[in-house]
Amino acid sequence: MSRLTPQNEAIALEIISRYPRKKSALIPLLHLAQEQDGYVSDDAMRHLAELVEVTPAEVIGTCSFYEMFKREPVGTYLVNICTNIACQLLGAEELLHHAEHALGIKAGNTTSDGLFTIEDVECIAACTEAPCLTVNYRYFYKVDGGDFDAIVEDLRSGRQPTRKAAETGPDGHIPPHGTLALQRQHIPADRVAGNADPDSAPAPAWLEQP
Amino acid sequence: MSDTTDTPPKTTVSVQINGHAIEAQPGELVIEAAERAGVHIPRFCYHPRMRPVGMCRMCLVDIDAGGRGAMLQPSCMVPVSEGMVVDTESERTRKAQDGVLEFLLINHPLDCPVCDKGGECPLQDNTIAFGPGESRFVEEKRHYEKPIPISDLVFLDRERCILCDRCTRFAKEVAGDPLIHFQGRGARTEVNTFPDEPFSSYFSGNTVQICPVGALTSSSYRFKARPWDLTEVESTCTGCSVGCSVTLQSSRNRLLRSMGVDNDAVNWGWLCDRGRFGVEAVNSEARLSEPSVGGRPARWADALRKAAELIADAVRASGPIGVGVIGGARLTNESAYAWAKLAKSVIGTDNVDAQLGDGLPAQFVLGLPRATIAEACAPKGTIVLLGTDPKETLGVLFLRLRHAVVESGATLVEVGHGAGGMSKLAKHRFWSSPGGSLVDAARQALAVLPAGQPVTVVLGRSSVTEDPAVLAEAAMVFAEAGARFLPALSRGNVMGALDMGLAPGLLPGRVELEAGRSFFTSAWGSVPSGPGVDTAAMLQAAADGKLAVLVLLGANPLDDFPDRALVQRAFDRAAVIAVDTFANPSVATATVVLPAAAHGEVDGTTTNIEGRILPLHQGVTPPGTARPDWIIATELATRLGADLGFESAAQIWDEIEAVASSHAGLDRAVLDATRDGTIAAGLGGGARPAVVGMPTASPASQVPLDEASLRLVVRRKMYDGATGTANSTSLAGLPGDNDVRLHPLDFQGLSIQEGDLVTVVSDWGSISLPAFADPGVVRGTVTVLANVRGATVNHLLSSSNPVTDVRLEVSR
Repeated sequence: MSRLTPQNEAIALEIISRYPRKKSALIPLLHLAQEQDGYVSDDAMRHLAELVEVTPAEVIGTCSFYEMFKREPVGTYLVNICTNIACQLLGAEELLHHAEHALGIKAGNTTSDGLFTIEDVECIAACTEAPCLTVNYRYFYKVDGGDFDAIVEDLRSGRQPTRKAAETGPDGHIPPHGTLALQRQHIPADRVAGNADPDSAPAPAWLEQP
Repeated sequence: MSDTTDTPPKTTVSVQINGHAIEAQPGELVIEAAERAGVHIPRFCYHPRMRPVGMCRMCLVDIDAGGRGAMLQPSCMVPVSEGMVVDTESERTRKAQDGVLEFLLINHPLDCPVCDKGGECPLQDNTIAFGPGESRFVEEKRHYEKPIPISDLVFLDRERCILCDRCTRFAKEVAGDPLIHFQGRGARTEVNTFPDEPFSSYFSGNTVQICPVGALTSSSYRFKARPWDLTEVESTCTGCSVGCSVTLQSSRNRLLRSMGVDNDAVNWGWLCDRGRFGVEAVNSEARLSEPSVGGRPARWADALRKAAELIADAVRASGPIGVGVIGGARLTNESAYAWAKLAKSVIGTDNVDAQLGDGLPAQFVLGLPRATIAEACAPKGTIVLLGTDPKETLGVLFLRLRHAVVESGATLVEVGHGAGGMSKLAKHRFWSSPGGSLVDAARQALAVLPAGQPVTVVLGRSSVTEDPAVLAEAAMVFAEAGARFLPALSRGNVMGALDMGLAPGLLPGRVELEAGRSFFTSAWGSVPSGPGVDTAAMLQAAADGKLAVLVLLGANPLDDFPDRALVQRAFDRAAVIAVDTFANPSVATATVVLPAAAHGEVDGTTTNIEGRILPLHQGVTPPGTARPDWIIATELATRLGADLGFESAAQIWDEIEAVASSHAGLDRAVLDATRDGTIAAGLGGGARPAVVGMPTASPASQVPLDEASLRLVVRRKMYDGATGTANSTSLAGLPGDNDVRLHPLDFQGLSIQEGDLVTVVSDWGSISLPAFADPGVVRGTVTVLANVRGATVNHLLSSSNPVTDVRLEVSR
């Protein structure tokens, strides 16, 4: 896809200005790129490299370390199905199998309409509610095949799921993959914490050689 | 990283290693202290010239620093402390080493029989010495496409990689080109480049050398030889004038690779790729292997007789000054001395110049107070780059200077005609256009230099279009303030050639002709009757019919001299005798061609920018009947009725030591005693003549620019049309295309797109090149590259003009 749009580049510059060193802004900027395109494209990484004055190789080094940065396009809805032990004992393998058949794709792939990607993931920390899955990182607890079909059916027809995801607020809204927040953080210039020059700060005591 | 320039600390730290009490230096790492005490701790990631990272865990040893008792700690991360007890042979250490190796081998493919590293592989060696005899791992190993090219010169096999971080650390910390990086995480971590952004660092070959496994291999050496089949000699790289210590490795009389050797004073083990892979040129099919006369192969006896006849005829017709000798920077010190003696004593001409109009006046360079690289890189020191871009011309000097700035707190000040490879590291930048304002820039720079700190000026020829007198005046601004100098003249042994007297008005030992007249008259029998002229004046004299014979000593003026038309006119009238290793365009015009032995084929010494004498050794035999330059000189002397008086390179050195003021006391025993080379700073003594003194400044002419023109700046790149690059298989494809660069505001005035063709027109010629905007170019100037094959700019220039102004014509 593409470099950051002019609007997003302006946001990127604001984010960069919050940090004493430009490259410290890299992870928020990767989120911004993923929010724009749904994934982090090579061109976006090149653009970020220019903005924070590092090489593209350094950007991809950081980006590829984090599972949640996708470097290939994924569906509008990223469905992560946990198959670790607690979920597995309560039917996660069957759930994953059902999901693969229902969507006609293997885990790790995206439906041809670009709506859904299924991933077989490690523990997502909701063992008490097993088996569980997330859609764009919104939790659905104690899910069976029927629940999965209902969620997919709702999303496919453009509705928010009838069954609300846990802890998503009253409307249960699931924004497209990559969306960080509905309200963007904006720090007015007069309220930005002063950026001390890290090189002129005294070294911490524990770094002093004996 | 070991900082070699610190003064030795007064106190030491007592530690016990394997039961032996030793004294270590405060802050020294356990792995270093053990090494000095003769205890080798196995390691993969630790490298003495890079910061430790504790990545591979191979150097785990039992360390008891008091308090919590003995425990396994990585010895590359733990500094020594008083009373520390280290055990590198304990049962726990052995178990850890065994376990670490078993882990490292889990994903290693063990394809040693087809791996280039086999036989010189630290992973192999450490596994045999410290590792488990058998693997318990029966699962599938990880697989990658192998190998993948990460640049034109380097292949990467990710299956073999043990993720030690050496190559990536080198790229970031040492070279400053972080174009390779760890990607992914956990068991899928790999080293790689960004897609379609190759590891195009000038220093990429070093990663191949320091890779402790066979993950990084060079395209040039892959599958060429086995380490146990290689014979090697220690030598010195002569690709430029930094003088990096190398070992030349050959198999079946073929030079296969050059590896950096850690010379603490010079290269710290690093090489640039031009030096490392440039040695391939020795094996080139284009090497001259037999003499020729008039374009036909000839016997040596006939070729030498013809050459002697040409010289004798010229001397008869117009005296010794009818002969000129151009070049000599390719030669060893011994060969340069032999040729200086032949020219200045036997023939009697002082028309001798090792530089091709693109350097600096020899007396000026030799008279400046010299600094060593270590002095230039002293912690908290000040480095001034005056008209030079070390990254493009003296690669490893760039690495040392970069280290001084990034790691040792040195201040870098840049004075020149636009941005270069070190501009981003410079604290102050003073850019000017050619024509005199460089001197003002130098004065401004002097005003901002930190007070009370030693200043080293790295002095190069900023642009061949600028009168060297301007640069000399700018240099004197710093010299008068007490600065010391590293002359950045870049041709191989140019400093040695100047020391040996291959320059007009000079005799061996940095002695001026008149000062050394009586001494050398008794030593040699005769010296030239008066001072001769430099290359530009020689070519002019030849073009005017006053100089009948031009001897080219490994010189290619047609491509290298900044006035192609003048060279052409000179060659049309004078007879050319070429002593060279390659058939370059200038050699093609020669009446007599005498093939010379190249680097790697001769014994002797070379001299670097510091004046350091470094050894050269023969690894392979020359092709055909090519022979060392000094033998050619003695043979020619014989046919001119004289005996130069030596029969080996060693005998020549003895004579140099005996007559050269600057080399007094540097006999062969002294040279052999140091591995790092010896600085020639002898100041004569006894009856020897005085060496050239500090030069004086004379104001250079300021040339104002008229508003319709742009002033031309010619820059050099690491890879250009140089013979060594063009004839090295690995490097031949690397030189880029030429282009013309303008300041963005000047570029806007042209109303064209980036990359559109423009015609650069000077009073002497024109050339069409794509144009680009570049904020690193000074306003009112245009920058083009020197010596790019197919787009040479030296026909735009005239050696008689102090500056070159051009117009840009846009074809619409």
